[in-house]
Amino acid sequence: MDLWTIIIISIIKILFVVTITLLTVSYLVYFERKISAWVQDRIGPNRVGWYGLLQPFADVFKLFLKEDIVPDASIKSIHTLAPIITLFVAFSTYAVLPWGPPVNIFGYEIPLVLADVNSGILIVLALTSLGVYGITFSGWASGSKYSLLGGVRSSAQMISYEISMGFSVAGVLLISESLRPAAIIESQSGWMWNAFIQPIGFITFLVSAFAETNRLPFDLPEAEPELVGGYHTEYSSMKFAAFFLAEYANMIISSGLIVTLYLGGWQVPYIETFGLSSGWVTMMQIGAFFFKVGAVLFFFIWVRWSIPRFKYNQLMNLGWKVMFPLALVNLVWVAILVMLLN
Amino acid sequence: MAKKKRLKDLNFLEKIYLPEISKGLVQTFKKMFQPRFTMEYPEVKFEPPDSYRGRPVLVQEENGEERCVACGLCSRVCPALAIEIQAGETEREKERYPERFEINMIRCIFCGLCEEVCPEEAIIMSKDYELVFSNREDALYGKDKLLVPINELQDRINFLRKHK
Repeated sequence: MDLWTIIIISIIKILFVVTITLLTVSYLVYFERKISAWVQDRIGPNRVGWYGLLQPFADVFKLFLKEDIVPDASIKSIHTLAPIITLFVAFSTYAVLPWGPPVNIFGYEIPLVLADVNSGILIVLALTSLGVYGITFSGWASGSKYSLLGGVRSSAQMISYEISMGFSVAGVLLISESLRPAAIIESQSGWMWNAFIQPIGFITFLVSAFAETNRLPFDLPEAEPELVGGYHTEYSSMKFAAFFLAEYANMIISSGLIVTLYLGGWQVPYIETFGLSSGWVTMMQIGAFFFKVGAVLFFFIWVRWSIPRFKYNQLMNLGWKVMFPLALVNLVWVAILVMLLN
Repeated sequence: MAKKKRLKDLNFLEKIYLPEISKGLVQTFKKMFQPRFTMEYPEVKFEPPDSYRGRPVLVQEENGEERCVACGLCSRVCPALAIEIQAGETEREKERYPERFEINMIRCIFCGLCEEVCPEEAIIMSKDYELVFSNREDALYGKDKLLVPINELQDRINFLRKHK
């Protein structure tokens, strides 16, 4: 492949990923509202378009038309920088997640991932840690005590749960012996999904993912009854939309990560025994990835509307006294497993 | 002293959260497939029961006359001072009738005292709850808006005779 082909293919892939992500984010908001309505015996948005399907666009349009207010007490540059960081972090992480097996088109072998880097998982962890800066900056620069408290809470929470998240991932890496997402997926062929091999690690990672994305039951940085809006209290218009978008984009990346690390990625168990042609197999595998991500996203929303918010001391107790030891136990368990079976 | 066992002490299964959380999740999942309570208002209209107190109206007999004899009791009892009556005389059997009968719907609090106090069963709380006006003059409901034929109000009249 010459350079130009690579560039063109990359651009097509980038456009595909960005479009899919933005569409998913907007419809995730729609489904968040729909599912919350269903859980609470309501109907949900159904006025804009067929079954309310144009509602996300109406929401975005409304946010566009709002006035952009910057408080006098704020530090203007950082106040503007914070949503940019948050959005950048949320969207750049998609680069390393593979959404299907390598495909052959016109004799070119194209991996269905933007950047097939050897340290993929490390990049994801590094970038999601950067996300703390966006939230902390927004809290610090807003010049409001509620924002500050939200920012401080969120940084403490994210740092605490990053540890158990990292240790859960270490269990996965012991089995795959590689940081490449593609290699991790290959190590889970058949029903050897990491969710079944290391259930404790799966649960700790899942809970940490909830805490990292600031979703209920761990959405303390934006706990409405205590902090008004949390770190984005002083944001309006498109800057607020950026935070909103980033939260949902983070949700998708977390789901993608959970699927890749624990649920076998794009693999359909024993698909090679079905006797399908290779084109169908590829299509089904890509479909399987999106189906799994969708299922995890549904789980995210479902949990949000079922479980009440934790108190801050409970959150910290859970993070340091329960999740961290459990992740260590999981690491030891996987090490024993690898030693015995390998 | 031995530690007393309290009701709120959790047992082991409750302490590890997950079984309880999954119970809650099952509960909400079941909820998703149950019928909705929402009524889609402009398309589907709420049909009030007979005990409902909508806007007060004046009963119009089948021959087109109003029942009201302009005694002024409703105006006197109205806690919000919403009713204004001016009495007039006629040659008919019932000598008095209201020349002007106005209810200020901005003031009305739908308490139903006028209906309760009326000796002639002439002012009745209807089932009409769609009251919209865009200025204060429109909110003054005169006789043209207040008079409602008796057959539309029969449900409420029966209800009053049974329970009042």
